[in-house]
Order: sequence, then structure tokens, then C-alpha cells
Amino acid sequence: MNTVWIILFAPLLAASLILFLKRWKALSAALSIGAILTGFVLSVQLFYRFLSLPPELATQLSPTPLKWLVVSNLFTIEFGALIDRLSILMLLVVTGVGSAIHIYSLGYMKEDPSFSRFFACLSLFTFSMLGIVLSNNFIQIFIFWELVGLSSYLLIGFWFHKDSAAEASKKAFLVNRIGDFGFMAGILLIFTYTGHFGFAENAQLIPQSGLQAGMLTLAALLIFCGAMGKSAQFPLHVWLPDAMEGPTPVSALIHAATMVAAGIYMLCRTFFLFSGSETALHVISWIGGITALMAALIAVAQNDIKRILAYSTLSQLGYMVMAVGLGGTTQALFHLTTHAFFKALLFLSAGSVILALHHEQNIWKMGGLRAKTPFTFLAFLIGTLALAGVFPLSGFYSKDEILLLALHHNPLLFAIAILTAFLTSFYMGRELFVVFFGKARDHHTYDHAHESPLVVLLPLAFLGLLSIGAGWFGFLPHFITPEGLPPHHNPFLGYILLLVPASGLGLSALLYLKQNPSDNSLKKVLGPIYKLLENKFYFDELYKHLIRWTQGLLAQVCEFFDLYILQKGAINGLSGGTQMLGWAIRHIQTGHTRFYAFLIGLGLACTLLFLLPPN
Amino acid sequence: MALPDILFYVFSTLMLLSGLMVLLSRNPVTSALFLVMSFIFLAGLYVLLEAYFVAAIQILVYAGAVMVLFIFIIMLLDIKASVKSSFTYLTAAAGGLMASLLGFALWQTLKRTSNTSLPSPHFSGDLKSVMRLLFTDYMLPFELIALLVLAAMIGVILLSQKESQDNKNSSQAAP
Amino acid sequence: MITLHHYLLVSGVLFALGITGLVIRRNALVVFMALEMNLNAANLALLAFSRYKGFMDGQVLVFFVIAIAAAEVAVGLAILVALFRRYKTVSIDDLNSLKL
Repeated sequence: MNTVWIILFAPLLAASLILFLKRWKALSAALSIGAILTGFVLSVQLFYRFLSLPPELATQLSPTPLKWLVVSNLFTIEFGALIDRLSILMLLVVTGVGSAIHIYSLGYMKEDPSFSRFFACLSLFTFSMLGIVLSNNFIQIFIFWELVGLSSYLLIGFWFHKDSAAEASKKAFLVNRIGDFGFMAGILLIFTYTGHFGFAENAQLIPQSGLQAGMLTLAALLIFCGAMGKSAQFPLHVWLPDAMEGPTPVSALIHAATMVAAGIYMLCRTFFLFSGSETALHVISWIGGITALMAALIAVAQNDIKRILAYSTLSQLGYMVMAVGLGGTTQALFHLTTHAFFKALLFLSAGSVILALHHEQNIWKMGGLRAKTPFTFLAFLIGTLALAGVFPLSGFYSKDEILLLALHHNPLLFAIAILTAFLTSFYMGRELFVVFFGKARDHHTYDHAHESPLVVLLPLAFLGLLSIGAGWFGFLPHFITPEGLPPHHNPFLGYILLLVPASGLGLSALLYLKQNPSDNSLKKVLGPIYKLLENKFYFDELYKHLIRWTQGLLAQVCEFFDLYILQKGAINGLSGGTQMLGWAIRHIQTGHTRFYAFLIGLGLACTLLFLLPPN
Repeated sequence: MALPDILFYVFSTLMLLSGLMVLLSRNPVTSALFLVMSFIFLAGLYVLLEAYFVAAIQILVYAGAVMVLFIFIIMLLDIKASVKSSFTYLTAAAGGLMASLLGFALWQTLKRTSNTSLPSPHFSGDLKSVMRLLFTDYMLPFELIALLVLAAMIGVILLSQKESQDNKNSSQAAP
Repeated sequence: MITLHHYLLVSGVLFALGITGLVIRRNALVVFMALEMNLNAANLALLAFSRYKGFMDGQVLVFFVIAIAAAEVAVGLAILVALFRRYKTVSIDDLNSLKL
């Protein structure tokens, strides 16, 4: 049996088995972790095999696709797997980071009563995500796309008895659905022109088909809608911060490392569609830039340890989308990989903090944790530095490439990117200093704080090492694109990249590296803007009003239709009409014999005339 | 024009006129007598059609028995001549409409069918052949008609019974 | 030349007269008389066909029709008498309780 299928279906098998074995917690966890570790090991093996084969033979690694639905000569839907550099990279990221998070969950969810259910959902998610990564045609990726949305719903709303969690999971699913609507429309549009669903076929057929100019842009933008939903780009970004209601491993796995990256992956996979349309690329890069800047601004005014990280994810996703829009899929994927490492690291360390403080999440109730949880502090520090782009951690390299791309193509976007980088280091510094430095603000929780167990710390170490070294030797870019990225020596850029994170961290140190830091100076400087940022630019309120307005309108139309057309018109009309007919016919029965005789005669004459043949 | 044709026109015109007078008279007795006249002319038409037996039966039964019954009933019920006219404009219009429609239907039908101008030479209208047919092929209807007349007779007797005293007494006696 | 169509026309007119009489007159007895005219019209038609097409069946049928007509008149008049005893009128307009 082909290795690829084992990697894909092992988590599904684990999830199904856990359904029956829910009572045995250890067994459930073992199944789930075993499945993903198997996936990781086999992915590494696949990786080595891929490297050892010459390029022409590399396609042999893909298993033969299964013809799933054949509609005579119209179309065929396959179920297959595509193994190339892109999918192998994603396989390694998903299974690698996923394994770390699975092991982490052993410790984090230990006290939770629904322990087994958590692992079942995690395995389901892993299956769906791997499905996306391995898909070789549009329909398959769409199916797994939706499955991932479902897993996300199950995991965000894991503590479903909490109203906020239930609301958040609904919100995530619905906003995703909006994006998926565009996605499906795009898929169907492409199918109309090329008649095929497969990526390889479409890559060849699109330049020759009638799908050009305007229609191509439309199709590209519709497909991008799917990425907007999944990767939480403006304006469909509203679900990601609320998704922090889920347990921290979920936030790490889904909303930092893998699921949100699925959008980027999909964009790179279907880049043949975008490369023909300048307009679409332009739109994409700008949406990415706007998202990056907007999220960074909001993060400055947030007070929940996980929410800051969520907005930071949004911001970095904006970077990736911007990179794709500027034509640099390699750069986007590079940043995706490094981001997966350090963002997962950051989330897991935040989780470690939350665990240590017995589920306290407000940063203003923390402080001085450096002494109590040193290892966690170290992990968080590494993550912060990587995210800020400090040399020589991995984030520096990937950000460098993206900034270079922006500099060459669109100076305005470059300026936005620089500003965002500054803000990123600023708010990350703020979070670092407020949580780990200074004096403890809440003495009760501080006194009970303790370092997390080994099962939690080991994944942190693993991810920490990767965050440090993933950018070295240009290894990653070389793997993604065989030729690698062009080497550059741009001193201007080099200085910027050293200066910006430093200044950001420096400014935050100035404001927050004290015994009793507070947001007062920030609020004074920003003034009314602070309120705007704290309320996330009022997007949620705007959407709420929009939906209420449109739904109200729709409800009114439906009510009108139901009341007047259906009820008064059809139903009452039917009964009333029958009554009228009855009333009318009743008057024929007058009891008047002569009238009856008249009708008989008339009827007779008419019948005779009717029966006569025409001459 | 031969005599039979003239006779045909005379008889049919007179018959139709009498029929019309039946409808227009105010006095029911006058209507009855006009009807008798109509029957007699009709019998004349029957003779022209060489249906001698039927003509005889027509006068005997229709004019002789049926119309007499009518006049008896008129006298029994003591029906006076009505003062107001026998029909209103509305009724006349309705009747006129119906009649004209029927006439139109009749005319159209006749237009579409083929005419037989000469009476068939194979016809033998004598009594013997008619009766032979009656008592062989139509034996069953003949017997049934007899039954029907019997039933009619019984029905008439029952219907025209007065609510007699012994009936009333018997219904009161049974509690 | 008197053709079949002549006789049929006469029969038709007589029938029309009969059914018109049914609609026009109020007095039940006159209505009966009009019905008799109808039956006679049918007889005439039967005999005309019988004569012009050469078969005897028409005459046999006329025989039956006359018999039935007589029976019908008897029964009808008996009903009329019974009704008169009850409602004291022979106008059929007054007999209209079978209405909605």
C-alpha cells in the first residue's frame, strides 16, 4: 500500500477508533499521537526518497489516482494524491508541528473531562488537513477544505457549554462558508472553460482555453475568496480572534500553523490561475498588505495573551498573501514554514503560562513570570525574537525575502510592510515584558505558578530549535524551488531589517520594561485611536448591523410572500374561489322547473351543434 | 304538384298552427282541444306515410283516450282560464332563444346529411307485415310494455287515492 | 317532391314547439300537453325514416311509443292530482321547494 495513503488515513482511523474507545483515555491519546507520528516518520521517509530521485522520476511517488465519479464524457472526479516539493513541504510541516502539538496536548488537556474527544477531533483535523495538502484536483481540495472547517468548528467549540465558545465556533464556520461560496463559484467557472478539475490538467489547459482577461481575473478572485475565508484576510478576518476560545493546542495547531496556512498553500497550488491576471495579483497583494497592517494595529491595544498572538497570526498571514500577490510563492511558503514553527512555539508557551497560572489569560494580571517559569520564558523569548525578525533567527530570513519582493514590485506595499514589522516587534515586546518582567500584579496566582511538566516542555524545545535554525543555509528556499531564491546584497534592506525590530523592541522596552508597566502612555499618545484599535476597528459591530439589516429585509420579503401570496392568495384564494364557484353554481338550482327545462333545451341544442362535423 | 304533396303541406301547416295555438291559449280546455286537432292532422300525415295502423292507433289512443283524460282532469281540478297572459316577456325570450337554437341545430344537421327523395320501393306498409315483425322480433318489448301499462295502472290508482278515513283511523290506532 | 328532409323538418319544428311550451307555460296541464307534442314529433320522425328507408321497425317502435306515452300521461296526471290536493295549485312555479 502506498505510503501516502497510510499518512492520510492513519489519523482518520485513529479518530474512528477513539469514537468507540472514549473511556480509555490513555489508549485514545496513544492512537491519536501514534497516527500522527507515523505520518511524520513516513513523511520524512518520503522526503528522502524524493530528494534521492532525479526530477523526472519524482512523479512516480504519487500514487495512482482513483476514479471516483465518472459522468460519461462530461467530466471525471478523481481521488488522488499529488507528491511534489510543495506537498512534501506541507506534509512535513503539518505532521511535524502537529506531532509536537499532539504530545503537548497530553499535558495541557490532562485535567479535562473530554480528553478523548479532544484527541479524536485533533485526529479528524489532521486527516482533513493532510487531505488538503495531498489533493490533486479542485473538487477533492474543496471537500477537504470543508472538512477542515468542520474540524475547526468542533475544536473551537470544544468547551461547548461556554456560550462564547459556541458563538465563536459558529462564527468561524459561517465566515468560512462565505469564502467557500466564492471558492466553489470559482471552481465551477474554471470547469466551464476547461472541462477538468485536476490541477495538472488545468495548469496546461488554462492558457489555451477561453478563460482570459476579465473572466480569468474573476475566476482568480473567486478562488481567492476561499483563501480569504480560510486564511482570515480582510474582510473575512473576524473569526480568527474569536477562535481563541478553543483550547491553546487548538489555537496553536489550527490557527497558527496549519489550517490558516491552507489558504496560502492553495494559492500557491493554483498559482497558474493567478499568474495570468495582473489585476487579481494586485488585489491579492493589497488585501494582504491591508490585513497585515490592520491586524498589527489592533494587536497593540489587546490585553489577552492569546488574542495578541491571534492578531499577530493575522498580520503574518497578510504578509504571506501579499507575497503571493507580488508573485513570490516561494517566499510566501518560506515564511509559512518559519511562521508555523515560531507561532506554534509562541502559542504553546502562552499555553504553558495559562496552565501555570490556572487559566488566567489577561496579561495585566501576570507579571514577573521569568523567575517562576524560566523555560517557558525562554521559549517565548525565542518565539518573540523570531517573529520580530531578529537576526539570525528563522523569521529574519523569511521576512527579509518578502520585504525584498515588496521593495522591487511595489514601494507603497514595502512601506506598509516595514510599518507592520515595526508594530509587530512593538506589540510582541509589550507582551513579553508585561507577562514575564516587572512585578507580579496578581499575587495569588503568582504564588501558585509553577513550571509545566516535561510533556509540555519537550515540544517547546523542539519548536524552539526549529524556530532558530530553519532559516539557515538557505535550505528551505532551495527545497521549495530547486533554483532557490536569487541571492541579494542590498545594504539598505539589511540596515532596515536590523533597525526595525530593534527599534520596535526598544520602544516597547522603554514603555513596558518597568516594575509597574501600564498602557497609560500608549493611550495618551494614541488618544481616540486607541479606542478604535481596542474595538478591532468595530468590524464585528459593522457586520452585525449589516447582517441584521439584510436578514431583516429578507425576513420581511419572506413574510410578505408567505402572508399575502401563499396564505391569502393561494390557500385562502383556493378555498374562497371554491366557495365562490359553489355560490355561483348554486344559483342554477332554482327549484324552478321551467328554468330547468330551458337549460335542458339549451344544452340539447348546443350539444347537437357541437357534435356536427364541420361541413 | 301531385295531391299527396299538397296534402302534405296542408296537413303539416295546420298541425303546426294548432300546436302553436296550444301554447298560446289562456284557457286550458282550449289548449286541449287544439291539441286534439293537432293529433288528427298528424294522423293524416301518418296516412300519407302509409302507416295506416299507426294512424288509426293515433286517433283511437291519443285523441280518444289521452286527451279525454286530460279534459277530465281539467274539469276535476276546476282550472279556470288564467286572467293574466300565459307567459312573460322573459319567458318568451328564453323560449324563443331555445327554439331558434334548436332550429338552427336541426337545419345544420339536415344540411350535412344526404337526402332520400323517393320513398323506398321495398316498403310494404300493410298490417300483416308490421304485426309479423311485432310478434317475432319485438316480442319481448311487447310483453314488457304490457307490464309497464299494468304498473302505470297500479300507480295511478295508488296515487289518486284520497286520504281516506280508514287510513287516518288506522294510523291513529297504531301507537 | 316531398323528401325525407321535409318530414324531418316538420318533426323538428314540432319538437321545438313542444319544448318551448315546456319553458313558456305555467299551467302544469298545458306543460303535459306540450310534452305530448314532443312525443308525437318523435313518432313522426320514426315513421318518416321507416317509410323512406324501407324497414318496418319504425312503425313497431311508434306502437311502443304510443303505449308508453299513454301510460306516462296517466301516471303524470295522477301525480298532478295528488299535488293539487296538497298544494291547491297547478302552477309549476309554486312547486319550487327543491331549491338551495
